[in-house]
Amino acid sequence: MIAPMVYALTALFAFQLLGELLVQWLHLPLPGALAGMLLLLAALLAYGRVPDALERTAGSLLQNMMLLFIPAIAGVMLHFERIAREWLPFLVAGIAGAAITLAVTAWTLRWLLRDSADTRPTEEERA
Amino acid sequence: MDALTAWLAASPLPWLVLTMLAYTFTLAVYRRSGAHPLLIPPLTATALVVAVLLLTGTPYATYREGVGLLSFLIGPATVALAVPLFAQRERIRQLWRPIGVALLVGGTVAIVSALLIAWALGGTRETLMALAPKSATMPIALPVAERMGGPASLAAVAVAITGIAGAVLAAPLMRLLRVHDPAVRGFAIGLTAHAIGTARELQVHPTAGAFAALAMSLNGVATAVLVPLCVAAMPWL
Repeated sequence: MIAPMVYALTALFAFQLLGELLVQWLHLPLPGALAGMLLLLAALLAYGRVPDALERTAGSLLQNMMLLFIPAIAGVMLHFERIAREWLPFLVAGIAGAAITLAVTAWTLRWLLRDSADTRPTEEERA
Repeated sequence: MDALTAWLAASPLPWLVLTMLAYTFTLAVYRRSGAHPLLIPPLTATALVVAVLLLTGTPYATYREGVGLLSFLIGPATVALAVPLFAQRERIRQLWRPIGVALLVGGTVAIVSALLIAWALGGTRETLMALAPKSATMPIALPVAERMGGPASLAAVAVAITGIAGAVLAAPLMRLLRVHDPAVRGFAIGLTAHAIGTARELQVHPTAGAFAALAMSLNGVATAVLVPLCVAAMPWL
């Protein structure tokens, strides 16, 4: 159980390192971990499937991603004053911005898909 | 006793344990509530943690250092997003054109609407830059905001508010717009409300969940590229 998890974590850290190096080297406007994600995606496409250990480790990491965000969100305590001052732009941009984005994205995709019935569930999903 | 207090104050363990306890407790409450969007752990667990920090007079910097391990794991978790994205490769191949256009339109609207609304209501530049990447998933939004001069912790709050607003507004808004196709609904929610919206869609419908995961991953990449372009296109901000 432990050994496959170590392999998977090694792969994830290694791809992150590669991504960070690539971003530094080429001065890309991307976070290094995101470049690492794209590199891993390219590697998976070349390999053709996801190794079991990676699938399991990635799954448990992603399922608990909310835990990893708590330290960053707790930083709100540094900004109580700013939020007391700027709560209106902050909240309206957050909430109205989300509603506008939802509506425009749904409209656009529905319009683009109007002629295709391609969004029915695939066999993979029915199984 | 003094030695014990001093040891506790210097050790990262109390903060790590506090954070993980707050997370497991609020996650159990969230699941028991049937995944009520206002009870999501990033909101409730963080409120518990902040309350303890304020009550004990602990500076945020001390806490942040103690839980550095958790923040560090955001990197490999971001890399791990390649796995669900890889699972969607067939669908991307079939629908790449509509998906690509909807991604560009939705991703741009998310950034521009946030910037314009906050600017019109008198937000400072730091607040605007923290809000700009708010529809991207957190590990992407935080470094993007920081690069543009917005504080990462403020961006984290903006991302959380957006995710919660998207998860709460999605069902009534999609009914109002008569969007019934689960693929369209899932894509719009994943693009807008990242991991929080995706987690919620996954519980509702498998197709909606898969399209939400797809839109979340793609919009992470798109946001990192589009935020600097959108900010450059609005020099009056």
